[in-house]
Amino acid sequence: MPAYYLEALTVTLGIFLLVAEAFIPSKSKTWVGLVAIVGLIGVLALTLRAIGPDDAAEGKEWANYALWNLYKYDATARFYKIIALVSAIFVLILAIDYRSVLSKFSGDHGKEEGTGEYYSLIVIATSAMMWMASAKNLAFLFVSLELLTVTFYILVAYMKRNVGSLEAGVKYLILGALSTGFLVYGIAWIYGATGTLDFAQITLAANFEGTPGTPLLFGVALVIIALGFKIGAAPMHFWIPDVYQGAPTPTTAFLSVGSKAAGFMALITFLAPFSHSPYAGKISSVLVILACATLIIGNFGAIPQNNFKRLLAYSSIANAGFILLAIAANRDGADGLSSAKIAAFYLASYLIMTMAAFFILNIIRVQSGSDNIDALDGLSKRNPILAVAATIIMASLAGVPLTVGFVGKFFVFQAALASHQWIPVIIAAIAASAGFYYYFKILRAIWWNTPNHKSPIPFDTSSIFSFALTFLTVAILVFGVWQQPLFNLLKNVR
Amino acid sequence: MLSIIFLIPFLAAVAIIFGAPARLTARIAAMTTLLIGLYAAFTWQCECWASSLSVLITPSIDLAFGFLNGTSAIMVALSVIVTAAAVFTGKAPEGREKLYYSSSLFIAAGAIGAFISTNLYFFYAFHELALIPTFLMIGLLGRGSRKEIAWKITIYLGVGSLILLAGLVWLAKESGTYNMIAMLDGTRQIDPAAQKPIAALLIIGFGTLVSLFPFHSWAAPAYASAPAPTAMLHAGVLKKFGLYGLLQLAVPLLPIGMNAWLTPLLVLLLGNILWVGFVTINQKRLDAMLGNSSVMHMGYIFLAIAALIASNAAGKVNTYAIPAASVLMFAHGISIALLFGLADRIERCTGSLDFADLGGLAKPAPTLAFLFGLGGMASLGLPGLANFSGEIMVFLSSFEGRNAADPLTPVQITTILSLWGVVLSAVYVLRAFRKIFQGPTVSMTVNATDIPLMDKLPALLLAAALLIVGIYPNILVQLLK
Repeated sequence: MPAYYLEALTVTLGIFLLVAEAFIPSKSKTWVGLVAIVGLIGVLALTLRAIGPDDAAEGKEWANYALWNLYKYDATARFYKIIALVSAIFVLILAIDYRSVLSKFSGDHGKEEGTGEYYSLIVIATSAMMWMASAKNLAFLFVSLELLTVTFYILVAYMKRNVGSLEAGVKYLILGALSTGFLVYGIAWIYGATGTLDFAQITLAANFEGTPGTPLLFGVALVIIALGFKIGAAPMHFWIPDVYQGAPTPTTAFLSVGSKAAGFMALITFLAPFSHSPYAGKISSVLVILACATLIIGNFGAIPQNNFKRLLAYSSIANAGFILLAIAANRDGADGLSSAKIAAFYLASYLIMTMAAFFILNIIRVQSGSDNIDALDGLSKRNPILAVAATIIMASLAGVPLTVGFVGKFFVFQAALASHQWIPVIIAAIAASAGFYYYFKILRAIWWNTPNHKSPIPFDTSSIFSFALTFLTVAILVFGVWQQPLFNLLKNVR
Repeated sequence: MLSIIFLIPFLAAVAIIFGAPARLTARIAAMTTLLIGLYAAFTWQCECWASSLSVLITPSIDLAFGFLNGTSAIMVALSVIVTAAAVFTGKAPEGREKLYYSSSLFIAAGAIGAFISTNLYFFYAFHELALIPTFLMIGLLGRGSRKEIAWKITIYLGVGSLILLAGLVWLAKESGTYNMIAMLDGTRQIDPAAQKPIAALLIIGFGTLVSLFPFHSWAAPAYASAPAPTAMLHAGVLKKFGLYGLLQLAVPLLPIGMNAWLTPLLVLLLGNILWVGFVTINQKRLDAMLGNSSVMHMGYIFLAIAALIASNAAGKVNTYAIPAASVLMFAHGISIALLFGLADRIERCTGSLDFADLGGLAKPAPTLAFLFGLGGMASLGLPGLANFSGEIMVFLSSFEGRNAADPLTPVQITTILSLWGVVLSAVYVLRAFRKIFQGPTVSMTVNATDIPLMDKLPALLLAAALLIVGIYPNILVQLLK
């Protein structure tokens, strides 16, 4: 099956759900979410079977479409499509669990009627991420990134009767528009310097002596700034804590995992043409500075946080720092680990553990009405199994060995050391030990503190929810010890 | 095959979390591990113990278990003995049995896993497994200002481990493999320019984990505060990980780098022996005294390592250094575990560990006094007990091959200075014994009961190990041949 059907199917699913939701009268809108989950699982299955033009049988007409000048389907594209789909599926499960809060602040009189569109917007955002993963051309990248951002404007401000959500929406809108401005301007400079928007042509131009270097680097810098907003690299990170805290939790999870992965994918695709060019050293040193700033601000900003959601926001900045460090190392993969591969592996591990952390956050938000860390007080007595799961998840985020979180950090250290970046490695080590402190704060609340209410809520878990959480927790441990399955998916990623 | 002595405690701990009867499961698991572990340690040369399972092809990482050499076997013997003693010692607080026993088993599994790993990645990873249970145990069940101390140990060990990680990753990059057996086969030369920084990272990283002066300030409060099994396992076994790493990796692989840092290392180890020795004398509580004494005794093992570095640099063979370090690690682990276990018993029967509150305990509790005396004598180096065999070899190792006319080397000067440490240990051990057990009974001790059978068993196991190795040290030394 030609790969371009994947996005077409996904966006069709989104539109279909939007229409069906409007015309089928029903009190509960949970079915919309369930149909979306089933649909996306179907697309995920098809992703493994989809092929690009190189693998097409002889004489297939579709293999010669002009579309393939803009759209690629290789191991990298496939990997990031899988990341987008998997994170969307988990976000939909979160959204179903979150519907009581969502309807309280969005529908009329707390009915579920206003929540149906939420699920279809998630599906449409997913299709945008999948298109981004296949971009071969700056214009294509830009258009799909805009589709993603515009969808997120709505998703962030979805709780229209909640001031926090609206505030987050406004902030995200303004800063999103600003970053779009940087992106378009940067693309224009690159076009001016190279005369093309196609990544393959840009690669040639970057290695061509006649290309004017300063305008090209200026354009590259503008694009790095624009994408820095998306991935939360310091100093373009400042919107993250506020927006993450205000947005509905499933949106936050999607922003934190899906949108960030898409941003990194865009950054890696965009920087690939320059990796062997005369500009590689300059770009790499800019990225090293960004990485160090991000590591410091993310990790040390997280230390004083008392709000779990805000803590996860800083944690997402901190993790962006580690991924940036891997990209800055600019490894070509002669030792089996290229920068792109490490970043992809890190993002997969980050998906697993951060999504799991959002499941824990979701359950305390829905059942205790609070996002604060003290809502977890005494969890070890209230729900021991959930406490053990939370312990494993936090250990993984902190980077304790034998969890998947450690493996990612381990490879980042390895790549940075192999590129002789001593100072960033020291900063990363200090930052990672700060991580021990703030992630263990959660463990302290769970195990040391006593419940702060007279009759604490035991925290029930619904079946689909428990299944997803168990799945993620087990994945943290399995991939922490046995990484080969993930690396099989990454085999041809460059 | 060897993976079984890691898996038994690990799976037992998981089973306890999911509802298996805590105390019974832990004790059965620990006894089984003890039997298999001792058998494995004494038959370590057999090829049958090694196993390997690939978890990642490029870069190649294997979940590989096996014995690197006799030192690994001795450390395994130490780990399983202390583990068995630890799960029989102490009393879990009401409603916390699950946490208490599963944490002990996780710490034990982490230590055993590290000592039997032959892959650098898992060597590091298993050691870290103990970080979370230690944090929870001290924070929840510790004495004194336990939360502060739990944070302190976590941050300290976290930073130390990350510095260590940087050093180990660099080491693996320079030698081109994570397989420790391949690293040590003698065919690889580490780039001399890289040796010095790698050695610095490893000395600081491993040193923090072993409480090398001045990175030691986490250890004494943590051991003083920790519940008995945690203190026994951490001070007795887990802390040896750092020394083990230096002995197995840093010394053979980085001869030039380690020699470059020899003088600072000698100064620091004197800090351990003399500075911390005086600090120990000044302690007013038994738990604080034991915590500090365990930091102090690390200095002697570092001295053996330093003698080995110096001999390697001079191109001489040092026959005593490795046996000295191995036997002393074993002896110290057993004796400190015995003392921490008995300190827990003293606290439970009198309600205090403050020297001012205690006195005359030998009258109501003669067996306790005898066992404590044995542990104390061992730790001050009385001949006939295991620590003596270790310490005498340490001193021999630094003077080996010396001609009477040669000037003293720095290592030998350090050895002479560190002999004063033996005097310091005698002072604090004997004083503690006198204050707790001798003199007239006081109000806290008059109603104390002697040590019951169930608490006697672990103490006897440890005391027997001290006596056997003390009288016949060759039982361990022959493993190193």
